Amino acid sequence: MTTSGSDVTVESVVRRVVADHRDQRGALLPVLHAVQAELGHVPQEAIPVLADELNLSRADVHGVVTFYHDFRREPAGRTTVRICRAEACQALGADRLVSYAREAGLTLGETTADGSVTVEQVFCLGNCALGPSVEANGRLYGRVGPARLGSILNGTV
Amino acid sequence: MNNSSPFGTASHSAVTVYVPRDSAARSVGADEVADALQRAATRGDFAIDVVRNGSRGMLWLEPMVEVVTPQGRVGYGPVTPEDVDGLLAAGILDGADHPLRLGLVDELPWLARQNRVTFARVGVTDPLSPEDYVEHGGLKGLRAALEMAPADVVAEVTESGLRGRGGAGFPAGIKWKTVLDCADELKFVCCNADEGDSGTFADRMVMEGDPFLLIEGMTIAAHAVGASEGYLYIRSEYPDAVATMREAIELAREQGWLGENILGSGLHFDLHVRVGAGAYICGEETSMLESLEGKRGMVRAKPPIPAIEGLFGKPTVVNNVLTLTTVPVVLADGAKAYQDLGVGRSRGTQVFQLGGNIARGGIVETAFGITLRELIEEYGGGTLTGRPVRTVQVGGPLGAYLPQAQFDLPMDYEAFAEAGAMLGHGGIVVFDDTVDMAAQARFAMEFCAEESCGKCTPCRVGAVRGVEVIDRIVASTHRDENLALLEDLCDLMTEGSLCAMGGLTPMPVRSALTHFPDDFLGGRRLLEIQPVTATGMRTEGTA
Repeated sequence: MTTSGSDVTVESVVRRVVADHRDQRGALLPVLHAVQAELGHVPQEAIPVLADELNLSRADVHGVVTFYHDFRREPAGRTTVRICRAEACQALGADRLVSYAREAGLTLGETTADGSVTVEQVFCLGNCALGPSVEANGRLYGRVGPARLGSILNGTV
Repeated sequence: MNNSSPFGTASHSAVTVYVPRDSAARSVGADEVADALQRAATRGDFAIDVVRNGSRGMLWLEPMVEVVTPQGRVGYGPVTPEDVDGLLAAGILDGADHPLRLGLVDELPWLARQNRVTFARVGVTDPLSPEDYVEHGGLKGLRAALEMAPADVVAEVTESGLRGRGGAGFPAGIKWKTVLDCADELKFVCCNADEGDSGTFADRMVMEGDPFLLIEGMTIAAHAVGASEGYLYIRSEYPDAVATMREAIELAREQGWLGENILGSGLHFDLHVRVGAGAYICGEETSMLESLEGKRGMVRAKPPIPAIEGLFGKPTVVNNVLTLTTVPVVLADGAKAYQDLGVGRSRGTQVFQLGGNIARGGIVETAFGITLRELIEEYGGGTLTGRPVRTVQVGGPLGAYLPQAQFDLPMDYEAFAEAGAMLGHGGIVVFDDTVDMAAQARFAMEFCAEESCGKCTPCRVGAVRGVEVIDRIVASTHRDENLALLEDLCDLMTEGSLCAMGGLTPMPVRSALTHFPDDFLGGRRLLEIQPVTATGMRTEGTA
């Protein structure tokens, strides 16, 4: 997930990804997912390249990147933890998890200064009968209490 | 049979043990349980064939392990990885007794009382085994459909009374007929698997537990309306469903169930998975179409309806996962059999999803007409916390909060509409008596503000103002005036929004106000509420 590479690297990645998706209709979302999978985020330098490759305006591409919560403009931390805050998890105390994270000095939507953890909120992970739910680095956890969240944040689970 | 020799083989052939691969089961340790069983098998202590099935939907029992015995499949649960050695030593491979033994799974009252139509195979089969699929009745619907003229397939679906399961309940057959009647060469079938509503997880479970069924349903739709290309739009929060569907599509192509000349007929149809990107609004069909086209998920004004001008301007069937996964059953058993289930204009079965603060959450598929109370108390067993149930929200974040007094409502589209509520997708979220309904009403507005696509003013601005007005009501600032203002705002959002996001957000708000007015008198908990806007647009403790 090194993103400190030169613009040339970003450009080459983007052009290759677009080429891989050439035969798909309306390919911008799959392309953005693929760019983010390779680079860890969608860097600003990618936008003019995408616009050029897909025959769109920069504004169109920028509009799409910023519309969807999933696309990051900055790299995430080494661990990404998402706390579900939708109704079913609220009913079992999801806000206690949010308070716990806050008391641990973490701000929702931000990455810690040392780049270790990004904590985010999410609305529904589809685990509504086994809440509160948390996802960490793509793995889903059910029945998460504050202590367990602590272990997840520390990477011990 | 407890053969401890590392080189020995067990005294009988391998016993099939099912451990769910469903992501809910995995969230509470199913992978670790499967690994522990596999380790015991690898050590040579026991002859076990571990199969990863879907979940039976008794989610409070997950991870639930099922052992195939001559008497039938015996369930044990909830199993932790630490339990595995003890269970094996106790002789579960012979179905032996153990404190975690549940009995024969098919005879468990919770399951046996249900009428599993759409979910018939989920949890029973290996989701990615084409052989299992066919052995358990798969492809019957598609084969029947391919024998029929497209118009007859549409007529059969119309006759069955099947209504869209996404929430609106629009008759599926009528939508299909509109697409069939369009003369265009290129038409699409799109499946909306952007199941963003809290309290709903049936789409996810069927995609993870019986993916070929969805492929079959979409293929039948393609034959019925003359479409050649299909898109399955799955939300990014469901990585397991995405992976399972992609694998199933590959397998289906190998089997000749997708592609050219499907099952030897003249039908050509192929299917692509597209992954959403974390926008709730993309569950709205026109917004989903925009997203599939690679654009911002902005809602389109209707008309034109997607059936006439849908994806890339072409005639498009847009149906929910549960609608499309019910179609094969309708074709296999005939419209009449499906029609015979249900009440009034709500025909067939509904897949209810019990979630939130509930002791026994999961999937209850049963004919329409069952009451909320039966679902919450008899199936659900009340709250997980053991406190009294105060309210349930039915139909997702845009559905009404109902008080105990309305728990005897029969679950059908019309009865709910009459009561000022909506059945929606059949999701039921239970809250105990610690819930603050002013906070829930505020959340409904806040969620709308966060997730609005921004196209129309009533939704984009109305939701932000809604949060402010509720805060003033709770703070007793010009209370009566602000209550009147909130009413007015709710009217405006209901009448003036382009889609259901803005149009239905007033439903949870108004139901909370109507049924739980005391909670709006202030002081209860609002100061503790954490804002949902993570970007720092509003400061904390806005109350």
